[in-house]
Amino acid sequence: MSEWWTYRLSDLLMFSAATYYRLFALVNQDVWPLQLMAGIIGLLLLASVLRGKPGPRTAAGLLGLCWAWVGWAYHARRYADIHLAGDYFAAAFVLEAVLLGIAGWRAWLVLPAPAGSVRTGLGLLLAGLLVYLLLAPLAGRPWGQAELFGIAPDPTAIVTFGVLLAGRGRWWLWPVPLLWGVVSAMTLVEMDAGQAWAPLLPVLVALGVLGGRALRRVKVQAATEVRK
Amino acid sequence: MFHPASLSRRRLLQALAALGLLPSSSAATAPLTRAIPSSGEALPLVGLGSWITFNVGKDAAARARCAEVMRAFFAAGGRMIDSSPMYGSSQDVIGAGLAHLGRPAALFAADKVWTGSSERGREQLEQSRRRWGVPRFDLLQVHNLLGWEEQLPLLLAMKRAGQLRYVGITTSEGRRHDAIERIMGQHPIDFVQVSYNVLDREVEQRILPLAQRRRIGVIVNRPFRQGELTEALARHPLPPWAAGLGCTSWAQLLLKFVISHPAVTCAVPATSNPLHARENLLAAAAPLPDAALRQRIAEHVGKLA
Repeated sequence: MSEWWTYRLSDLLMFSAATYYRLFALVNQDVWPLQLMAGIIGLLLLASVLRGKPGPRTAAGLLGLCWAWVGWAYHARRYADIHLAGDYFAAAFVLEAVLLGIAGWRAWLVLPAPAGSVRTGLGLLLAGLLVYLLLAPLAGRPWGQAELFGIAPDPTAIVTFGVLLAGRGRWWLWPVPLLWGVVSAMTLVEMDAGQAWAPLLPVLVALGVLGGRALRRVKVQAATEVRK
Repeated sequence: MFHPASLSRRRLLQALAALGLLPSSSAATAPLTRAIPSSGEALPLVGLGSWITFNVGKDAAARARCAEVMRAFFAAGGRMIDSSPMYGSSQDVIGAGLAHLGRPAALFAADKVWTGSSERGREQLEQSRRRWGVPRFDLLQVHNLLGWEEQLPLLLAMKRAGQLRYVGITTSEGRRHDAIERIMGQHPIDFVQVSYNVLDREVEQRILPLAQRRRIGVIVNRPFRQGELTEALARHPLPPWAAGLGCTSWAQLLLKFVISHPAVTCAVPATSNPLHARENLLAAAAPLPDAALRQRIAEHVGKLA
């Protein structure tokens, strides 16, 4: 794009809010009754965070499955029709699915972890599973446009924040969900949507927790250096 | 009151109506036209844009509504529909709408090439043509000057070969006006497309006068600032003097401001509402504001928006 720096974010928003929200209704119609299976996966992830069962390998695999499904059913099949970057988003979601699969296979995700932020993680997990479900009806939109974990991208990313915060995993599991949260929030801001806070707040919470952990690590290292 | 350069179609319809050769309602609804400077072909002063409004993907209900917008547009005497490969699914939606409406003969199909690659340019244009389902485009424009050094010669060659009728360049939101002026001065283009509305009037300084001197048609995008103006003005009553211009809505007053500039050939507002498509076309009717009234519109809107 020539002189791309002269473009504002609003110049790149190429669909209306009505079209954006209708997309969730269309995807929900496309995949019914897979919402029930997504709900069961959500409950299993909740159990995994609370009781450690099913184990982190299964949890990572189930979460990866959801990312791959959203990448295909939402981004590639629907969002790419109205957003020029839709196929790239689909590829990013599939990449996250692969990374979660690797983390599960190599046992690189510990869940719940003794040093994990279980309460914060649990809060985000519940927000992704339940609060997001209510956003459409609370905003006066039909239930059919509800955004569901495992079907829509935002609640899938937020549940992932919850699982990753409650446990301990590799750093490379974070960038795709965090970036998606920012992209989604920016899209909603440009649409003047009241729910722009919904993907942004979990990103800020996750970054805050991760920042706090990094700070503690630095302090511990510094203290160790002094003792030496 | 200011009179546009060519009102030939309307005058003809009025004369026919006066002779009793046409029902009076046809004459009343026929939009004002202005001649394309390079050919003299008359074009209704209001067309139909497709940015955002027609990008509805595969949503069948939304596609049906877009087809109704197009039906209302053609029924009100509209001709130019403008799109771009940058507009997501808009081209597909226009193609489906045209097929649904039986491919109206009045259509003036305007699209764009939007790629920096010369090889990709021809391929993209063919893909766009297939999406519209038209034998050829009436007008093709270089979108936002992207790769214009490659794409403009391609479009001019296509015009020479009879594969399209008119060639143009576009910009929006005031970008690259210097380059636009340079190309207008040096290349045989038929149209330039720019953003112009009652608050964004930079093009009045150099581009519109240059278009008149060089006999280049002007297409206006974002006449409502992408809905921002109509939204901001909606809470204010229409001034009483707008009735003298035959305006029943802010959208019509804003459009009359734009199309009353003598350099403007066609404004392309976008809408997803069939009633608005008809209302927009009704703005292309006499009387149009003269210079004093244009100033009054600008000052009044400036205070409110």
